[in-house]
Amino acid sequence: MSPLQSPSFGSVADVTERLAAAGYLASTAVATTVFLADRLGKPLLVEGPAGVGKTELAKAVAESTKAELVRLQCYEGIDEARALYEWNHAKQLLRITASQGAESWDRTRDDVFSEEFLLPRPLLTAIRRADPTVLLVDEIDKADVEVEGLLLEVLSDYQVTVPEMGTITATRKPFAVLTSNSTRELSEALKRRCLFLHLDFPDADLERRIVASRVPELTGALTDALVRTVRVLRGLELRKAPSVAETIDWGRTLLALGMDTLDDDAVRATLGVVLKHQSDQVKAAAELRLN
Amino acid sequence: MALLAPHGLPGHLVDFVAALRTHGVAVGPGETIDAATVLTALDLLHRDQLREGLAAAVLRRSGQRKVFDTLFDLYFPAALGAGSGEVEVPRLGDADDGDVDVDALRDILADLLRDGDDASLAELARAVVDALARTGSGAQSDRPGAQPSWSAYQALRLLSPETLLARIVDALRDPDIEPGSFSDEVLRREIRDRIARFRDMITDEVRRRTAETRGREQVARTAVPKQAEQVEFLSAYAGQLAELRRTVHPLARRLAARLAVRRKHAKRGELDMRRTLRRSMSTGGVPMNPAFKARRPGRPDLVVLCDVSGSVAGFSHFTLLLVQALREQFSKVRVFAFVERADEVTHLFEPGAELSGVMNRVLREASLVAFDGHSDYGGSFGSFAEYWSDALTPRSSLLILGDARTNYRDPNLTVLRRLAGQARHTHWLNPEPRRQWGTGDSAALRYADVVPMHECRTAAQLADVVESLLPI
Repeated sequence: MSPLQSPSFGSVADVTERLAAAGYLASTAVATTVFLADRLGKPLLVEGPAGVGKTELAKAVAESTKAELVRLQCYEGIDEARALYEWNHAKQLLRITASQGAESWDRTRDDVFSEEFLLPRPLLTAIRRADPTVLLVDEIDKADVEVEGLLLEVLSDYQVTVPEMGTITATRKPFAVLTSNSTRELSEALKRRCLFLHLDFPDADLERRIVASRVPELTGALTDALVRTVRVLRGLELRKAPSVAETIDWGRTLLALGMDTLDDDAVRATLGVVLKHQSDQVKAAAELRLN
Repeated sequence: MALLAPHGLPGHLVDFVAALRTHGVAVGPGETIDAATVLTALDLLHRDQLREGLAAAVLRRSGQRKVFDTLFDLYFPAALGAGSGEVEVPRLGDADDGDVDVDALRDILADLLRDGDDASLAELARAVVDALARTGSGAQSDRPGAQPSWSAYQALRLLSPETLLARIVDALRDPDIEPGSFSDEVLRREIRDRIARFRDMITDEVRRRTAETRGREQVARTAVPKQAEQVEFLSAYAGQLAELRRTVHPLARRLAARLAVRRKHAKRGELDMRRTLRRSMSTGGVPMNPAFKARRPGRPDLVVLCDVSGSVAGFSHFTLLLVQALREQFSKVRVFAFVERADEVTHLFEPGAELSGVMNRVLREASLVAFDGHSDYGGSFGSFAEYWSDALTPRSSLLILGDARTNYRDPNLTVLRRLAGQARHTHWLNPEPRRQWGTGDSAALRYADVVPMHECRTAAQLADVVESLLPI
């Protein structure tokens, strides 16, 4: 496999450094996988619980490689017309009426199915761009199975076939990132074409650094207490384990309330920020003797 | 050296992939080639990068990671032999190979656990396992010339890191914090976690050393943990059950999503002549735009009849939890538990109820036992038919969960046949392997004549069965 362009990153350490400069603190797993996705020219499938920074990763990669981010947000019922391209029917009609009778049928037909009447959607846009591009296909698990089939052509050959115009091949491969909350199993065919990254909660040290960089006003001791407490909460069997986003929110809440220690009262007052289910709060309070 | 593969690095990689396959991680040739490309792209001196890179190339699901990590440690060990650690194991006496000074060792361990220094802990684990195998502790006599034997059990019994908990917590506790408060509890759990991690380090280290002396294939066969979905219900131990419970929610969500897709596809019904003709008025009588009847999705009822006796405990816990998660999908789910007789336990399965507590309440609050507490299928079906037969309507599906071991009592096939006739579908999920059906006191084959019975030994099998059974 020969990449179409020279790789953007020199080494794994280089990835870590440049992502950090873009405000994303990457673990070894993240940095290595991003490096490989860039080197091997393969799409990156990122899976993991909500709020661990899957979308942020794509944004950070875009920023660190000075690429433009093209985002396809998937939802139930998304189709070709929303993901790939669409013909601008209104404009085509207008064109036909404008030249009524003056042109032959053949010329009109060739004309209305040309570049001018094509509305490119994210996938086609990403393929056609000549500048560095990061293609983010967000929450692919929300889309229907048919869309995966559509992605197969785009992601394995980096080309799109428009029946009226022919096949458009990428001049420059976009760096593709797919994210999934694994609400459903993706098809094997799609998974096989991607490098797989399971993005889990970061380890204590990394999480401390993330919180410190996002909420720099927090004191070191409080950050430490926050991270340790959240990690213990994750160890309980909860319906929704708190993620990094919740840790950061918690830090901001404590800051806003002017609390500088995480004592029992502070936890009791603000537990709702990290645990979003009533039953989780009850359980955590009971197990951690918060009464 | 026995560890070197005959075909160099590519051969070694292929061996590694083969080991993954035997543990249920489906790695195709394409992935193997990716993995090989990864080897060329990465700096092989960084072992953690190599680990993550290979994982990205060969894994496709997060549940496979544990198997991968264990096998990676076996096939790409961090060190050969004892390694060259910084940590010295204290000895009794001055000699370099004297007996291990257990008390001094525990002091070192306590200090490291207190500081949470993972790297040094790993070194300590390595040194301890090595020292114990070579010289034994004070209580054991030396056997010169014997093969070193690596034992996690011996090392952990000697160190008993759990007993250090109170000491470390005391050392770390802030003087202002009163014992028994929230912060105290958080600290306690954190230390407990560290200790558990240290135990894992010892186990990993022993596995690595054993692989060096006994061959890694043999160790890989026996010592690699199974993926949660492939653990058999009936032989799962507590830790595996906890992990299974965590897989319940994603599983139920996945099933629910697939059901929704099927419902949506089945939404369009047959042609609606009346509306099609009416629409054709506007196009001069040409039916340009046919109208279809909307199919009413039948919201089916589910009646679950579940054996909760001790012999199928792992299975019934798990299945009932899945049923609870599926409640959102069904307009009506009624759950009945039985041992010797049946009783309704639906009210215990409120949405959001504390999952692990539900089972205890089922056993405590429902009246399931009449006589000796051994399961009696015939009697249970009888009591179910007597009191709750109105729960079964032509719209309901009956799901029976159990191993069909009747303790040689009357299987009461007549009642089961009548119940099956009342319901729209009836299915039986049996956690025993098919070859054991009908052996001993199992009436599985006789029941299988009356209702379709499915083998359902693992979470993966359960998901398949439930998915194919659930009516749209």
